[in-house]
Amino acid sequence: MDLQAIWFFLWGLLWAVFFMTDGFDFGIGVLYPFLGKSDTDKRLMINSIGPLWDGNEVWLITAGGVTFAAFPTVYAVMFSSMYSALMLILFALILRGVAFEFRRKVDNDTWKKIWDICIFIGGLVPAVLFGVAFANIFQGIPIDGNGVNQGNLFSLLNPYGLLGGVLFLLLFLVHGALWIAIRTEGDLNERAGLAANKLWYWLAAAAVIFLVSSKFATKLYDNYIAHPALFLVILITVLALFATKFFILKKTWLKAWFASALTIVGSTFFGVIGLYPNLFPSSLDPAFSLTAQNASSSPLTLKIMLGVVVVFIPIVIGYQIWIYTIFSSKVTEEDLSYDEAY
Amino acid sequence: MDVLLLSRLQFAAATMFHFLFVPLTLGLSVLVAIMETKYVKTGDEIYLKMTKFWGKLFLINFALGVVTGITLEFQFGTNWSRYSAYVGDIFGSLLAIEATVAFFLESSLIGLWIFGWNKISKKAHAICMWLVAVAGTLSGVWILIANGWMQHPVGYAIRNGRAELVDFAAVVFNKFAILEFFHTVSGAYVLSAFFVMGISAYHLLKKQHIEFFTKSFQMGLIFGLIFSIFIAVEGDMHGVHVTETQPAKLAAMEAHWETTTRAPLHLFAIPDEENERNIIEIGSIPGLLSFLGHHDFNAEVRGLKDFPKDERPPVFLTFVAFRTMVGIGTLLVILTVVGFFLRKRLVESPIYLKIMLFAIPLPYIAIEAGWIVAEVGRQPWIVYGLMKTSDAVSPVACTQVLFSLIGFILIYGLLGAVGFYLIAKNARKGPV
Ligand code: HDD
Ligand code: HEM
Ligand code: HEM
Repeated sequence: MDLQAIWFFLWGLLWAVFFMTDGFDFGIGVLYPFLGKSDTDKRLMINSIGPLWDGNEVWLITAGGVTFAAFPTVYAVMFSSMYSALMLILFALILRGVAFEFRRKVDNDTWKKIWDICIFIGGLVPAVLFGVAFANIFQGIPIDGNGVNQGNLFSLLNPYGLLGGVLFLLLFLVHGALWIAIRTEGDLNERAGLAANKLWYWLAAAAVIFLVSSKFATKLYDNYIAHPALFLVILITVLALFATKFFILKKTWLKAWFASALTIVGSTFFGVIGLYPNLFPSSLDPAFSLTAQNASSSPLTLKIMLGVVVVFIPIVIGYQIWIYTIFSSKVTEEDLSYDEAY
Repeated sequence: MDVLLLSRLQFAAATMFHFLFVPLTLGLSVLVAIMETKYVKTGDEIYLKMTKFWGKLFLINFALGVVTGITLEFQFGTNWSRYSAYVGDIFGSLLAIEATVAFFLESSLIGLWIFGWNKISKKAHAICMWLVAVAGTLSGVWILIANGWMQHPVGYAIRNGRAELVDFAAVVFNKFAILEFFHTVSGAYVLSAFFVMGISAYHLLKKQHIEFFTKSFQMGLIFGLIFSIFIAVEGDMHGVHVTETQPAKLAAMEAHWETTTRAPLHLFAIPDEENERNIIEIGSIPGLLSFLGHHDFNAEVRGLKDFPKDERPPVFLTFVAFRTMVGIGTLLVILTVVGFFLRKRLVESPIYLKIMLFAIPLPYIAIEAGWIVAEVGRQPWIVYGLMKTSDAVSPVACTQVLFSLIGFILIYGLLGAVGFYLIAKNARKGPV
């Protein structure tokens, strides 16, 4: 594999890890008003991700940064051509971040309600819009030879794009419900498990529709047909989806969560593999598409960045896993009594 | 209105807002880490109380720093896409390195610090805060290497229609960036010192929690004294380097129109950009500008008229901002020196305490003014001498930028109000 190909897959991997980690934070944000019946429930939910969400969000910053470093033209065209969608995501993330910190700082119901809404928006908007954005990338964006998008925010909201949004939302909802099931007990735990179980059917339906419509709306399957061994990735993803259900039924939440994580990574890679070597295909003319070859940084930059990533990402994964294990036990009402808790 | 103007307004608003919170994060993390270390070492409960009280203010501020930072990372792509494509080979990698080596560490460990009080040992908990502080500083290192490269590009070659990296070490050890780093970080320490002293002064004036706030004040004072002197000295070195690398910026900082030897420094002036002169000049000291720029009273200093009109930065703003920063910087040195002599009898010095309470905003103003000097003074270049800001803007629809700018103003306006309200509320409440 050449450097550009390695970077292409690292690029996909970073986005996949972002969806796998911050994905359950988004899911919990959306489930928040539905599962959080009382203030205590709500606090248990946000405290279940309290120590983790910020570190998870950095996967987004790194995925963005690596896009910038390894494929500057893609960074430039992708973010400017999806300007409004990205701004909406950023605004939602801003509200979410401060909502966690501010919600309990004033003891007043209206105050809390405002931040509750922000937590919900901060989960819903990124979950859906990332799905819409990636589905549109899979499908191709009407960019011309100068990298200028001829469409707008509303042209992103085409049927396949929206389907991508729904799929991502459901992936994250199941993922988030499972996280709550892992980290809470009693009533809330039960409701979260029930929600994961029900949402799974919707997810499975959305996944099937997505896989089928990808055949018609995109060229993703071309790579798979050229190298049939790649169908294994789809197979593993589908198996992971069924394993999620299996473990939900057995109420082994941690295992179900891992299966769901694998489903998310697999779904991302389903698209990434199908795209190769395109990072940002043009729907107007394949000659305008940005590829791993024509949009990459110089070999020197790619090498330096590879060194950085190979050394530091394992370290990051190491301490993040350590922190996850510290906070793997159930959040209890006693934990909430601490002044520092959200 | 055009996309360029709107994008500039938006970027300026977003960075300046981010930098309202970043400096306190950088400085207060160190102070809180010192407090917690003292607690672990001595077991004295007052240091635990201090850690918790200042830590709470730190966390409110931290949240605002985090959320406003994310938008910046992406605005290079959304609003300055031509810039990103042109310099991404160098600039993009610096941002990516910042995220991998610094943000991850900072954001992962802050969660552990907040929620880990009874999950990890006391020692590990204190180390955790030190790592947060180190990571904040590291992020400063990399972002300022990136900014230093825009100010004074080095280690690149123009190939394939863009700037490509040829010498990574030259980029990392860019003298401009190193000076910027020490200047900005010490600015952050000064700001945090004044923050701690100001809030302590409030309580000391009310004669409450005297031991607690005397200790806090004294810690802030040591910090503030060292770094307000350091920043003035270092700022002078910085000025010399700007003279070498960005002569047009220096000329604008000083409203210096004609190229002369023994160039004077005007304490006060009103520049008239239309007619290329100053309307009034008061307190002009002959030779001082030559001295500040070259450490030689007789050196020649290039004037603005030496540069084509379309390569001059906005003079008035640069000039005023520079005076504001240096003026405040001088004042801060005086205030901390006075404080040093009063340190043993703070409670009996109500006038001084009152001044220190009202001095909290001063370093904030200085630090923002400093960035205006650096960034507006670099105009019309986005990368000095290499790419103009007008060539850097994204080809996006004007309405899109207008809407996002309005969004920023609304959200940031509200957040700023809420954030400062919460900081003030908790500061006033005192330790519990
Ligand atoms: C001298 C220091 C400094 C400077 C000049 C900047 N920042 Fe910053 N930034 C920090 C120092 C910092 C920090 C203190 O390290 C923060 C505050 C909270 C945090 O996590 O890191 C931060 C937060 C922060 C975050 C969020 C990280 C997180 O989620 O934890 C991002 C993405 C950026 N910044 C990006 C930028 C960009 C693109 C800048 C260029 C205009 C910039 N910062 C200027
Ligand atoms: C955090 C402190 C900073 C503040 C307060 C600040 C402030 C500003 C202001 C006021 C402008 C508008 C100048 C104009 O258009 O006339 C600007 C522009 C800009 N700055 Fe900064 N800046 C900061 C740090 C940085 C850093 C660290 C970088 C790079 C890593 C950076 C990159 C840019 C870019 C790309 C522009 C837009 C193009 C331009 O107008 O030159 N800034 N900044
Ligand atoms: C009193 C003496 C001071 C001197 C001589 C001084 C000098 C300078 C100079 C020459 C610049 C422009 C560098 C450039 O163009 O990039 C600058 C920028 C800046 N100043 Fe100061 N300064 C002083 C005090 C302060 C204080 C007290 C603060 C904040 C607390 C501060 C914060 C900044 C910041 C953040 C920048 C922009 C970053 C940079 O370019 O380094 N300065 N200063």
